[in-house]
Amino acid sequence: MEAVSTFLDMGGYAATVWPAYGVTAVILVGLLVASLRALSRRKAELAALESQMERPRR
Amino acid sequence: MTRKQRRMTILGVGLACLAVATALVLTALSDKVTFFYSPSDLAADDAGHNARIRLGGMVEEGSVVKEGDGITTAFVITDFAQAVPVRYTGVLPDLFREGQGIIATGRMDQGTFIAEEVLAKHDETYMPPEVADALKAAGKWQMGDQP
Amino acid sequence: MPNFLHSLASPARFQRIANAVLPWVSVLAAVLLGVGIVWGLVFSPPDYQQGDTVRVMYIHVPAAWMATFCYAVMALLSASFLIWKHQLADLAARAASPIGACFTAIALITGALWGKPTWGTWWVWDARLTSVLVLFFLYLGHMALSAAFDDRERGGRAAAILACVGAINLPIIKYSVEWWNTLHQGASVFRMDGPTIDNSMLWPLLLTVLGFNMLFVVLLLVRIKSELLARRIEVLQRARASGRG
Repeated sequence: MEAVSTFLDMGGYAATVWPAYGVTAVILVGLLVASLRALSRRKAELAALESQMERPRR
Repeated sequence: MTRKQRRMTILGVGLACLAVATALVLTALSDKVTFFYSPSDLAADDAGHNARIRLGGMVEEGSVVKEGDGITTAFVITDFAQAVPVRYTGVLPDLFREGQGIIATGRMDQGTFIAEEVLAKHDETYMPPEVADALKAAGKWQMGDQP
Repeated sequence: MPNFLHSLASPARFQRIANAVLPWVSVLAAVLLGVGIVWGLVFSPPDYQQGDTVRVMYIHVPAAWMATFCYAVMALLSASFLIWKHQLADLAARAASPIGACFTAIALITGALWGKPTWGTWWVWDARLTSVLVLFFLYLGHMALSAAFDDRERGGRAAAILACVGAINLPIIKYSVEWWNTLHQGASVFRMDGPTIDNSMLWPLLLTVLGFNMLFVVLLLVRIKSELLARRIEVLQRARASGRG
């Protein structure tokens, strides 16, 4: 337990180290998730459009 | 000349002009871009009198004195050619120590630089404490040679 | 080089290569970042002067490098779009700028957090910090310009010109710490006389740098795929609209 709290304390610089890693994680994970969601949204949109375009021709 | 080559030439000439223009502007501005003056600049009167300036250099070894009120510190900033005595009232950054490069903002007052803000500049060396101790023990310590 | 770009410039071939590469690069990015961050946070030593704040380096430095690297990539893509009219280069530049903006934001924020205890301030207007802030606004400007016109082609061209013009900022960022007195210290890794970082800190840094690089590739490929779809959707919608009218 003590090892864990020493680790979390970061030699008294917890307020520097953890927010830095936290902000980085939030920004990068956020960008990755947003990019993947945009990709799957556009895939669905394109599929819908293509099926709409096919129908009138038949 | 094909259209591709023409576009390439336009882009190249445009960027070259831009590079020259930027270089000229930065050279003209170099005084403003300079973040701090050294004690030698100050001695050569490059920085101007009574103006609020930033003074950068090394905290001279053995010069740091805590005054009676507990939060005022007196020390000497040096660039190993010229030295300026400094007084500062306030909390010092964690990296402030003798032999450390620092930048003080303030103005000259009767030969003493009265600082309103002190920032620590750290060098580009990173090592564990044990390595630093070992280097010192081996007499190979070279820190503090450069501001 | 142009031939290589031409061969990549076919969207179908790009899709094929991207789909083949993506899983591997993703795994590599996750492993490198995981090992590098744990090494940096747990096993690497504190600095002799800065103590544990030095652990911010393992994300600040790669983020700052990727911020400038991503801009260089974007500027090259933009130049090839302006010269050879590669459509894929335009899409790739659009895909790159939000990634670069995120890396720049990380470099600025972690730098501020790191500067507060060590330097004694969150921010100063020295040449290094200011030129990186300019980089951030160049990315934002690129994103805004590329979406500003109804005509996609015109927006792409305006953004590409901005990207090329802004490339002048890259050498300024790199050499700002040498040309002028700055609060920011000089280079520690890429120096004529070798790195001034102890190996126990250089190794985890190397891993997170490679990890950030791989993550950049993953993000870029995903976003280019997405941009390709967006363009096809636009073309189909226009075709449908004109078919009706």
